[in-house]
Amino acid sequence: MSDGTYVQLLDLACGGLLLTAVLMLWRRELSAIIGVFAAQGIALATLVGVLAAHQGSAELGAVAVGILSLRAGILPWLLHRALAGAGPARRETRPVVNVAASLLAAALLTLLSYAVSQPLVALEPSTATRAIPVGVTVVLIGFFVLATRRRALSQLVGFLLMDNGITTVGFLTTAGVGLTVELGVSLDVLLAVLVLRILASRMRETFGDTDLDELRELHD
Amino acid sequence: MSALGVVGGVVQPLVVVAGSPLLVGMTRQLRARLEGRAGAGIGQPWRDLRKLFGKETITPRGTGAVFRLAPMVLVATTLVVAVVVPFVTTDSALDPVADLFAVVALLAAGTVALALAGLDTGTAFGGMGASREMTIIALVEPTLLVAIFALSVRVGSTNLAAIVSATLHDPSRVVSPVSLLAAVALTVVIVAENGRLPVDNPATHLELTMVHEAMVLEYAGPDLALVELASAMRLSVFLGLLANLFLPWGIATTASPLAVLGGVVAVAVKVTLLGGLLAVGEVFLAKLRLFRVPELLAGSFLLALLAVAASFFLA
Repeated sequence: MSDGTYVQLLDLACGGLLLTAVLMLWRRELSAIIGVFAAQGIALATLVGVLAAHQGSAELGAVAVGILSLRAGILPWLLHRALAGAGPARRETRPVVNVAASLLAAALLTLLSYAVSQPLVALEPSTATRAIPVGVTVVLIGFFVLATRRRALSQLVGFLLMDNGITTVGFLTTAGVGLTVELGVSLDVLLAVLVLRILASRMRETFGDTDLDELRELHD
Repeated sequence: MSALGVVGGVVQPLVVVAGSPLLVGMTRQLRARLEGRAGAGIGQPWRDLRKLFGKETITPRGTGAVFRLAPMVLVATTLVVAVVVPFVTTDSALDPVADLFAVVALLAAGTVALALAGLDTGTAFGGMGASREMTIIALVEPTLLVAIFALSVRVGSTNLAAIVSATLHDPSRVVSPVSLLAAVALTVVIVAENGRLPVDNPATHLELTMVHEAMVLEYAGPDLALVELASAMRLSVFLGLLANLFLPWGIATTASPLAVLGGVVAVAVKVTLLGGLLAVGEVFLAKLRLFRVPELLAGSFLLALLAVAASFFLA
């Protein structure tokens, strides 16, 4: 792969990550959000695949395939299953902060991530490290989603968004995380999603809702 | 001022004025066909304009100079934009005016003139339409500026002609995250600014939903013709700007008649395709609630801002 196409593909994948992160804040329907999450998984897998092709590392290529199947296949499928169980009334998110304000907050978070990741980029300026702010932005937006959504499922999406961001930063900063570490992290995320899904369905069975705002008081 | 710029300055406004009613007619005809209606034909907007220009001028009682001047200001600002923006040729007749900030300010000035005219009538609809239009333009204008600014960062100049020629010489710029984000943002604001679905329905006169139509409700005769012509011209100018900023191929770089003809054909094909896409998209879209519109526009502003941010940190 020539240097020009490498830079272009890497930048495109980063653009895709940013765009999908913003779309997750923008859309209200949970099914659309899950679709966007799958698209982000594809963008992340592309990013890792491009890095693998550039470094000529077969191990990293295997990691890319693993990320693609996990983040664009299994996790969205699990979320869809959880959504189907929630019934028609629970299809929309109910953010604490309205959408326009959260979009403006995301704009500020982008600038913040650019400011805080400057020292990291300055350590070793290269095409990959220059994209670190993108990863940090995705982490911050994920955290924002986690903090401002009420339903358990949308919080789960926020958690996964944050994890996507952390993975992005990991691949951009290091020459390669290593197959074992990446496998461990992926299994961890998968388990977390499974556990949270079971927790959400138990909550629904017990309280009839997964609105976490209504779970503040203790009952007998 | 080069020969190419002069040729562009003469040809472009002619093409825009002659072609924009046809563009509107084409989108209406396409929409009618897709909805299973026969449609009035592509030439219908021109026939409407001819009929309206033949009528006597009549203004509502109590309206002042603002109401009478607004259609002319609207047409004049759009004409200046049509002269300077690189649609057919890469050079501009008035190079300093082909600046991003000047062009966006000119387009916004036209909108403001029309909103003032809506207020000048003193009717409920005019005021309502004007207030809604101001809400929309307040979010559209910064997005337009920031989205085009993202493209100008790489070129190092806010001159639109410079941006277009730079893209022409380096086609790889088109598939970059900056271009993609800016293109999405620009598409959303162009749809909003031209009063198309899902922000405003150009085909309705239902009082609770309309924005643009509410402001021009009191116009009749030649004034109405000017307003209609101007809004058709604005649609083609915006679509032409979108087409040439991201896909400038076919634009004339020399003043030879063949190159200029090629430029005219290229811009006509691109704008027609975009207009067709707009019409097809409108068939499948419902109008958004007015209170959801700021959300849509805030989203496009964020995308434009991300485009600028990406042009710095992915450079």
